[in-house]
Amino acid sequence: MIRSRTLYQKIWDAHVVERGEDGTCLLYIDRHLVHEVTSPQAFEGLRAAGRRVRRTDLTLAVPDHNVPTTPDRVFGIRDEESRLQVEALETNTRDFGVPYIPMLDSRQGIVHVVGPEQGFTLPGLTIVCGDSHTSTHGAFGALAFGIGTSEVEHVLATQSLRLRPAKTLNVVCDGTLAKGVTAKDLILHIIGILGTAGGTGHVIEYTGEALRGLSMEGRMTVCNMSIEAGARAGLIAPDDVTFAYLKGRPLAPQGAVWDQAVEAWRGLPSDPGARYDATVHVDASVLAPTVTWGTSPQDVAPITGVVPDPAQEPDPVKAASMRQALAYMGLEPGTRLQDLAVDRVFIGSCTNGRLEDLREAASVVRGRTVAPGVQVLVVPGSGLVKRQAEEEGLDRIFREAGCLWREPGCSMCLGMNEDRLSPGERCASTSNRNFEGRQGRGGRTHLLSPAMAAAAAVTGHLTDVREMTR
Amino acid sequence: MKPFQILTGVAAPLPRVNVDTDQIIPKQFLKTVKRTGLGAGLFYDFRFKPDGTPDPTFVLNQPAYKDAKILVGGANFGCGSSREHAPWALLDFGISCVIAPSFADIFFNNCFKNGVLPLALPDEQVQRLMALVTDRPGTALTVDLRERRILGPDGAPLFNTPFPVDPDRRRALLEGEDEITTTESRGESLDAFEAQQASAWPWVRTRA
Repeated sequence: MIRSRTLYQKIWDAHVVERGEDGTCLLYIDRHLVHEVTSPQAFEGLRAAGRRVRRTDLTLAVPDHNVPTTPDRVFGIRDEESRLQVEALETNTRDFGVPYIPMLDSRQGIVHVVGPEQGFTLPGLTIVCGDSHTSTHGAFGALAFGIGTSEVEHVLATQSLRLRPAKTLNVVCDGTLAKGVTAKDLILHIIGILGTAGGTGHVIEYTGEALRGLSMEGRMTVCNMSIEAGARAGLIAPDDVTFAYLKGRPLAPQGAVWDQAVEAWRGLPSDPGARYDATVHVDASVLAPTVTWGTSPQDVAPITGVVPDPAQEPDPVKAASMRQALAYMGLEPGTRLQDLAVDRVFIGSCTNGRLEDLREAASVVRGRTVAPGVQVLVVPGSGLVKRQAEEEGLDRIFREAGCLWREPGCSMCLGMNEDRLSPGERCASTSNRNFEGRQGRGGRTHLLSPAMAAAAAVTGHLTDVREMTR
Repeated sequence: MKPFQILTGVAAPLPRVNVDTDQIIPKQFLKTVKRTGLGAGLFYDFRFKPDGTPDPTFVLNQPAYKDAKILVGGANFGCGSSREHAPWALLDFGISCVIAPSFADIFFNNCFKNGVLPLALPDEQVQRLMALVTDRPGTALTVDLRERRILGPDGAPLFNTPFPVDPDRRRALLEGEDEITTTESRGESLDAFEAQQASAWPWVRTRA
């Protein structure tokens, strides 16, 4: 009898080059995305050892973290260090023959937006990148995870990694999401349940009715934030929604090979009776729009709630870290979340910088204006997203409301370019991390969905978007 | 990679949970194209006030701890981004061992690639170490990876049982293994895998 296997086990088994006695495997890597921040030292290592890139055809490089998002970037990158890092990527990819999408190419964007958009990301593959949000690509049923620079060098040189198998966690999302509640709210809620370390050592497979109902964009948002629950990878079984998204993409297979691929991909979903190391059920139907109040993505609450009180927390370690978070965030326990005024709004990132995200935000902003004193940055995830959004007139909706419409990049998700918070500024952000200093030293981040960010932009404070769309 | 075998040095307490890699090495230091010199940015927002002067209340700025070689931290140490700049910064500062109840996966993995030992110990052992190095500032510990022991200042083992560490990772650290060289020796297996995959899954090849 054939053993029932999970999606994760199937992908793992199909990529084992060698299996060691202790379970450590040499695993083949099918796709390697490269950006400017975590690769220069890897290429330097190759150079020093006289090595070449084993499979340039399975590698794709694009600058994203450092690039300015202002239109004047056509004249070059002003920040000296950022410019040198992007130039290093250009030189390295040329020297080693790696396919490269330059900053001014219309396909440029955040690696995790570009990969799927180009059809570089496919079901059943192993995908790595020197970036923790590589988990995004798991939405296609690919085993995708972030690696450090030493491993980037290892993959460039050998197209493989030495790895130990992870445990599996099945997060079953029952029910359907209510109107105004999105994939972002779902994943924030899940992280709140699991905790920021709850997925450590695990690969999360998201299953259930609520997941099946999500678009590819929504599924990417969910998988993207798996790392915020400590899981290196998130997975969603591929289905017709997946295949429809990929068909005809520039790097996706075509013709008879496409048909052959789809047939194989239909065999990827976890077998009935396959065993997971752990299972968690989430009732998606009861969710409200969700926001973070603290400095860890696990610090979540429904928008209808209040800032929690550390005095009510029985665990002294948790209570201490809550106090620290509230002090940093400048918040008092018991304050209604909807009363929190924001200075800045950021709509973008590999979590929520895709077309559907911009459409959602635009639908809230349409016919309204940005609240006085609030600066709103809208940063498409890629040049192609930007172009499509402009064809649909979304840029006009944002501009007319008073938002800044920018060029693609990682931008204020991590503030490696000029897009940064000033100390004490409060920001409603569609990104993925609310760590201390993440968006700029002293900056205060509240994570939320694109629609919720748009609602905060026009009211000037955190707002339940459901009350605006009734 | 420089091997890690035995380390003796001052241990500094950092009793915070979920220390993330943005805290360990903030974004502005990620613009380098080198692995060295990152010690200057280690825990930058904790070590330096907004005006750029050192914050004397932060542990690594205190005279007894400024030459720390070991860090005792809280649970889920190193969560967040995959930046290997985090272990590079620790190493450049002089810290090559972090002891905590648990670590985030990517950081944990990155440490082993750089001769840094991330040591996950049971909660009560970490608490004991935390108390020891807090109560007596400047306490030197010895971490012996060969014997899997932590020794106190008097040279006696602090715990009855050897600490747990993955045997393969331990070997790699002790030897200072160059993992790429090891994998390159498996070239025939890689060639065979690629040939088999090309016929079974032809779509894996890109059309680029």
